[in-house]
Amino acid sequence: MAAITEPVPLPELTSDDLSRYSRHLILPEVGMEGQRKLKAARVLCVGTGGLGSPLAFYLAAAGVGTLGLVDFDVVDASNLQRQIIHSTRDIGRKKLDSAAEKLIALNPALNVVKHETMLSSANALEILKDYDVVADGTDNFPTRYLVNDACVLLGKPNVYGSIFRFEGQASVFATEKGPCYRCLYPEPPPPGLVPSCAEGGVLGILPGLVGVIQATEVIKLILGKGEPLIGRLLLVDALSMRFRELKLRKNPECPVCGDNPTVTQLIDYDQFCGIAHETPQSAAVKNGIPQLTVKEFKRRRDAGEDLFLLDVREPYEYQIAQIGGTLIPQNDVPQRLAEIPRDREVVVQCRSGGRSQKIAELLKQAGYMKVVNLAGGILAWSDEIDPTVRKY
Amino acid sequence: MISRQMAGRDLHMTIFIPTPLRPYTAGQEAIDIMASTISGALDHLTEAHPELRRHLFTDEGKLRAFVNLYLNDEDVRYLPAREATPVAAGDTLSIIPSIAGGCSSVSVR
Repeated sequence: MAAITEPVPLPELTSDDLSRYSRHLILPEVGMEGQRKLKAARVLCVGTGGLGSPLAFYLAAAGVGTLGLVDFDVVDASNLQRQIIHSTRDIGRKKLDSAAEKLIALNPALNVVKHETMLSSANALEILKDYDVVADGTDNFPTRYLVNDACVLLGKPNVYGSIFRFEGQASVFATEKGPCYRCLYPEPPPPGLVPSCAEGGVLGILPGLVGVIQATEVIKLILGKGEPLIGRLLLVDALSMRFRELKLRKNPECPVCGDNPTVTQLIDYDQFCGIAHETPQSAAVKNGIPQLTVKEFKRRRDAGEDLFLLDVREPYEYQIAQIGGTLIPQNDVPQRLAEIPRDREVVVQCRSGGRSQKIAELLKQAGYMKVVNLAGGILAWSDEIDPTVRKY
Repeated sequence: MISRQMAGRDLHMTIFIPTPLRPYTAGQEAIDIMASTISGALDHLTEAHPELRRHLFTDEGKLRAFVNLYLNDEDVRYLPAREATPVAAGDTLSIIPSIAGGCSSVSVR
């Protein structure tokens, strides 16, 4: 498999390099030439969060010459359970600054290029074009499709990793003969059908496992050694510690990388993923479920209206904070419908409004006539009504 | 190499349920099913766990495009008979949905 560095003279290694990378130099698969390839390489990490943390750290440690970082987010306490490139004292700080500081502390010779922006169709091609490999560590579908399409259009390999709870996926997309992300997933799921990490939770170590797998693939591509995950989808189940592999084929009819591509420039990915830019009116009803603001809910409850507040979170969450709802965890709702009155208006509530929306839709399908979703959940209640209600 | 049995005889196989769909199978990650074809296996699965149906199939009964099915390690879309492919005893069917976690506290839903 051909390495992807350009046919220009490779940079020389300094005496610092020779002592730093000695363990690489004595490996036949790396050696002087391989280390020089790493030094010449330019890798873009999209995201410096869960996946980006271990990814960037190990690429810096390995001696990658130039690391581009894309992130516009700020460090939050809840990140520190897994985003190990950031520290407690970085809370509130830009992730880019925090990450760059740690990477340069590890490897002062590293050239860090910060891209403090949200990747979009307007800037993706311009940003990606200067790199040899792109490692996708983002957390949303529109950006994944954007990165994929940009990589195919520019001819850059896309080292893919994604996680959910305790399961992960990894592969290498957008190589000339291999499949791209769209060959595997031609269409994104409709919004709301696949929970985010904030809703589903994630085992902190999981992005560590998958991020280092991504870093490994980046390094193999640069060195031109080993068998990269091209045409292979690696599935990781951390709970059972089982690794499985599925065959991925390049789809000859793929609209981006197929024989007759129809997507020859970047599109509107939010629209592609069905994410409407909300107007105030459209925010009032989602999938047929009226959205109730916390302010309006308080007003109606205080006025004595007979509302049934259904809290669909887990018992441990209820112990942290609750606003007087009847607790039926979301997975139990289908079996416990008898406990949910049909003759009163049911206000469904969770932590941030996502799970409750799904349960509200489920109740509607089960024939409940008066169901509303508490928009923003208990977090919104804490922010807008009663700050003594603990946030988590 | 196990030879494929004649269609019509139900055989023992396992369906792997991915994490996002486990709430609809009472948390089970692997379900044993008797079936003779892939579509038969899916029918039995959704009969036993009706909540799964809307996550796997559109209203018109077509498999959703963001859900991938693998018979052992082969993508069902690329099998000549696709969902009508007969299964062999001990085969596995994996349901692989898109996941996007990367992850940060900000995400698009």
